[in-house]
Amino acid sequence: MSSLSVDHLLGIKYVTPEDIQLIFETADQFKEVINRPIKKVPSLRDITIANLFFENSTRTRLSFELAEKRLSADVINFSAASSSVKKGETLIDTVNNILSMKVDMVVMRHPNPGAGLFLSKHVKASIVNAGDGAHEHPTQALLDCFSIREKLGDVAGKKVVIVGDILHSRVALSNIFALQKLGASVKVCGPKTLIPKYIDKLGVEVELNLEKALQWCDVANMLRVQNERMDSSYFPSSREYSLQYGLTKAHLDRLDKEIVVMHPGPINRGVEITSDVADSNQAIILDQVENGVAVRMAVIYLLASKIKRDDS
Amino acid sequence: MSQKVLLNQTEVHITLHRLACQLLENHLDFSNAVLIGLQPRGVYLADRLAQLLKEDYNIKDLQLGYLDITFYRDDFRRGDKPLAANATNIEFIVEDKNVVIIDDVLYTGRSIRAALTAIQAFGRPKNVELLCLIDRRFSRHLPIQPNYRGRQVDAINDEKVKVCWQENDGEDAVYLINK
Repeated sequence: MSSLSVDHLLGIKYVTPEDIQLIFETADQFKEVINRPIKKVPSLRDITIANLFFENSTRTRLSFELAEKRLSADVINFSAASSSVKKGETLIDTVNNILSMKVDMVVMRHPNPGAGLFLSKHVKASIVNAGDGAHEHPTQALLDCFSIREKLGDVAGKKVVIVGDILHSRVALSNIFALQKLGASVKVCGPKTLIPKYIDKLGVEVELNLEKALQWCDVANMLRVQNERMDSSYFPSSREYSLQYGLTKAHLDRLDKEIVVMHPGPINRGVEITSDVADSNQAIILDQVENGVAVRMAVIYLLASKIKRDDS
Repeated sequence: MSQKVLLNQTEVHITLHRLACQLLENHLDFSNAVLIGLQPRGVYLADRLAQLLKEDYNIKDLQLGYLDITFYRDDFRRGDKPLAANATNIEFIVEDKNVVIIDDVLYTGRSIRAALTAIQAFGRPKNVELLCLIDRRFSRHLPIQPNYRGRQVDAINDEKVKVCWQENDGEDAVYLINK
């Protein structure tokens, strides 16, 4: 069995298609593990992992914590709200203090793009990026592609449209990299104001009409409008956004095929996706959440196997 | 590199029949017993025994599962490469069952130690037995011995025991290979 080509998971940009396949094959086995009566394996008994969340998160944080615990790692949690960051400590100081307590791996979410990369150059620990600003969210892209593979058999050759707030979305960027590395074609769809200016340089086509995008695709990944990252008005109102880019049952009924509907959560029901679509059989939103634990177990397991032992 | 035949095709078949009969003696109709083949190489032996028990000895409803022990091994982070996992496929609970763990070669006993831990994720067995085709004597790291063995060999550490199966390697045979 080959190893990952990287020591950190900072972004999908830095990993190879072979790395992604290895993660998927390992995740297949972990998915079986988490469906057993006892959902825990002892592999990472001697590994300690710090979850550093400098930005709010529910799902990703729980998913990582569960993945770590199911591998039997020791876990410490940290959130910026209740920390010394508020007292003026720098990121490197904060992390080095935590590492002094003999921590082997850091899972970090940070509002600044590149925070994970920066940290990986300055501290001695394996870093997993759990979202850095509007840059990358690699484990989300991995679990999205894993879910597509599970539902459709393969990612290669599939047509995926990412709909919504592409501009502020780290999920979109990581997904674009991952899908392309696995041989899928990608379009993005959304209001012009929420599409980054030079996105075509990534080899991605832009489609402003949702109806046409849906006609083209096998999979629609509906993103949330990230109001918290918007410094000005990008569209007149939620209602107008929803009318133009919200996915409804009527859209799906008009198609002559059955497409797969995805959403990375949290859902704003009635804005980017209506309830009847989110709860329909075509939506694999809750499968994505389940797969998230298996995929994160695989990432952590494979990275941990590269950490040198103290006695070796 | 030289190799010696430990069991040829006929001997493998005779041994398989004997092992199947020994299992029958202890478990009768297998109503409360399950067979668990260890991934990757123990599953061939488990499949063969299950096939014999069903076809030649008319056992119906034999429960057979495959167990992968990768995540329970005690040598994680001790080699250069990550430990690659195989599929586990156990679609029943082993609670209160007589479990027969099946592997092709019993060597250090560490795989079996891992399997004993791993099987607990599927319930608390009533008891656990071990069946192996080849028992390498004098090489154990742990106090683990088989309940059923095909053949016992005294192989030194430089030697390797290779079990070949028709469906995977094109023949049924067991070789002792001198590296």
